[in-house]
Amino acid sequence: MNKNFLLKMSFDIEGNNFNAAGAASSEIKRKLKQIGLNSDVVRRAAVSAYEAEMNIVIHAYKGVLTVTVSPGEINILAEDEGPGIADIELAMKEGYSTASDDVREMGFGAGMGLPNMKKCSDKFEIKTELGVGTKVSMTIYY
Amino acid sequence: MKLSEIKDLLQAEILCGKNLSVDIKFACGSDLMSDVLASCKEKAALLTGLTNAQVIRTAEMIDISAIIFVRGKRPSKEVVEMALEKGIPVLLTKLPMYEAAGILYTNGLKGTSEVDDD
Repeated sequence: MNKNFLLKMSFDIEGNNFNAAGAASSEIKRKLKQIGLNSDVVRRAAVSAYEAEMNIVIHAYKGVLTVTVSPGEINILAEDEGPGIADIELAMKEGYSTASDDVREMGFGAGMGLPNMKKCSDKFEIKTELGVGTKVSMTIYY
Repeated sequence: MKLSEIKDLLQAEILCGKNLSVDIKFACGSDLMSDVLASCKEKAALLTGLTNAQVIRTAEMIDISAIIFVRGKRPSKEVVEMALEKGIPVLLTKLPMYEAAGILYTNGLKGTSEVDDD
């Protein structure tokens, strides 16, 4: 990653805290808008961050969401301590979800989170270890 | 279509938002916020039966112009306050989702897949 970053922000995300869910992404969106990035880029970054944040809240014990803006690119890194993903290929499939009914009642767990993040970003990487956690890195060029 | 026209067509109540002259280009309807994030476009109206805070967050992330709660499901005061804070107008109609969508569509409000990206 480019070390000459223009903006870097990190947020602690608490697993299972649905009251706070989305607050970090809201702040991320506000800051990205503030530095004058175009609205399409801001929207793609906001959706990527929000889906990643919701994934941590839904599936993990806790995590950190870090956004780094460098000249020409935004990187969103979501690292969590959680159960990990047993089958990434399956998890990337639209409609596949392991979320509980409670989560579905809140409008999430439709199995669109990871596919949405991939769609919104130009570069998408996911690493996971069962019983340890998951790391998702998304880069958007602007 | 102006938000005021949507309000009249759906006999909706305004829960927050003063400016009803906002121009709504198209609409989408879903109770699944991930689907909304995937397919809904900016400047759209969102019809939904889900009434929690994640609806407002979702609308905020993709610059939705107005939220219309269907089936007479009234969101909590906190949810409405959050929308007010984000400057997103919120309407409430007693009509079910299918009927509300049908009325808006037959009156010329397009779906998000019918509008080209600009």
